[in-house]
Amino acid sequence: MTSPAVTARGLVKRYGAVTAADGLSFTAAAGQVTALLGPNGAGKTTTTEICEGFRRQDAGTVEVLGLDPIRQARALRPRVGVMPQGGGVPTAARAGEWLRLMARFHAHPVDPALLIERLGLGAVVRVPYKRLSGGQQQRLSLAAAVIGRPELVFLDEPTAGLDPQARHATWELIEELREAGASVLLTTHYMEEAERLADQVVIIDHGRVVAQGTTSDLTGARDELRFRARGGLDLDELLTALPVGCVAKEQPTGHYVIEAAAAEGGVGPELLATVTAWCASNGVLAEDLRVERRTLEDIFLELTGRGLRG
Amino acid sequence: MSVSAFVPAPGAAPMGRMVLAQAGMELRTLLRNGEQLLLTLIIPVLLLVGASLAPVLDLGTERRVDFIAPGVLALAVMSTAFTGQAIGTGFERRYGVLKRLGTTPLSRFGLIAAKTVSVIAIELLQLAVLWAVALGLGWRPQGGPAGAVAVVLLIVAGTAAFSALGLLMAGTLRAEATLAAANLVYLLLLLVGGVFFPLSAFPEALRPALELLPISALSGGLRAVLEHGAAPPLAALGVLLAWAVLATAAAARFFRWE
Repeated sequence: MTSPAVTARGLVKRYGAVTAADGLSFTAAAGQVTALLGPNGAGKTTTTEICEGFRRQDAGTVEVLGLDPIRQARALRPRVGVMPQGGGVPTAARAGEWLRLMARFHAHPVDPALLIERLGLGAVVRVPYKRLSGGQQQRLSLAAAVIGRPELVFLDEPTAGLDPQARHATWELIEELREAGASVLLTTHYMEEAERLADQVVIIDHGRVVAQGTTSDLTGARDELRFRARGGLDLDELLTALPVGCVAKEQPTGHYVIEAAAAEGGVGPELLATVTAWCASNGVLAEDLRVERRTLEDIFLELTGRGLRG
Repeated sequence: MSVSAFVPAPGAAPMGRMVLAQAGMELRTLLRNGEQLLLTLIIPVLLLVGASLAPVLDLGTERRVDFIAPGVLALAVMSTAFTGQAIGTGFERRYGVLKRLGTTPLSRFGLIAAKTVSVIAIELLQLAVLWAVALGLGWRPQGGPAGAVAVVLLIVAGTAAFSALGLLMAGTLRAEATLAAANLVYLLLLLVGGVFFPLSAFPEALRPALELLPISALSGGLRAVLEHGAAPPLAALGVLLAWAVLATAAAARFFRWE
């Protein structure tokens, strides 16, 4: 088995009184897209920059492609592509010129013309970085991160502030990277992005990992079946017909929720049939009947709270 | 199915190729930058022509250009290696460019090498232009072949000293502070560093301190060789090398990449 793309164990990083990483551990599998998801200031960028070898952790260990990002930086750098959260390009450098420069640093680069076309930068190749729109700057930075055909790509909020077209182009590129066999570690606070792209989601808050798993691992712990009917149904009787572990509630009057643990099979076709059969035998018409899975956003807000972050 | 262009195939290019590519980038952006050209080429040429022709300053010599040309050459080295480099690198640091380049195979070593190559290329351009203009003004450089060697040594040592000082400033101060300080230092050293005003014009008590400035060592050393045909000025070389060593050590210790 190949070694993981990133293995971080017990990372601690403090800036003065602020603890940005507080015993943070996670693994990003090779050939997968791993999303570090967290509110602003959760420690995503710090974690990424430690993995990039740009910062040294105060405690803990990190291995990137099996190497120490600082001590073995020389061996690691050609194998890794980096897209920082912003900037990183000289303001006077022209878009095409910058990409060609990045290509010159690598042994087998992607043709800059291909990336320019894929990311819709054709009209601005001769425009200096400072005169590009925010979205064009982001796309240029993404192109520069992947031009060296890296094994592992770090993308720090790659679609922040992009319009929907650019966001989809970015997502398609990330999916192509994974299909081509590259590993991707991206940070984001867009749930939709993590749900669509990530094989593994690592939710970070206050410098710690609060949950880790596939999207369905994280969201599928509990399904819900909701319907409306007349108030006061005998839920205890209904529960006797359902598998062990289900919970039934009426809240408010006339609104019913049946929760089923995913470990017990969740809300499947059989459970649905059982409930509707029970309703029929009691002369009850279930309206607005629907099966709901919790979204990643539900989980995220549950774990990280609803308070606003700085 | 076509093979994706993104199938991983990592690998660094040879160091020489990376350094040349980066140096080319630095050079192109410098040459496109009007303010930089003003600083490195236009101001030195104007000062050379103006001070050689207009008898504003009493230089204590009839052949004004012989005194002015070495001073302007020293000024040109300072403008590129120190002022231009400090400002450029300060803003690269501010905009995360140094950090970004540090994650590429070029590495920090390659980046410094590339900056040095581009500084030397600009200096060669400056020297060619200034040398030609000075000859046109009737300049008669002295020193012969030994003098040429001494000039090269002085310029190399001066470039090392000024580059290290420029990078030290760029890597420790905020970009705006670097911009202000680098221009201020340029102006100050232009006035007190023997570029136009002979150090003999300053009070006796100040002179030993002024002679230890890198610009004084460079302008004085170049003048000793090119105006008076003196042997390689070891004291001036020593001062420049001492600045180079101290500033390099300080830059290595205090430089912050972001």
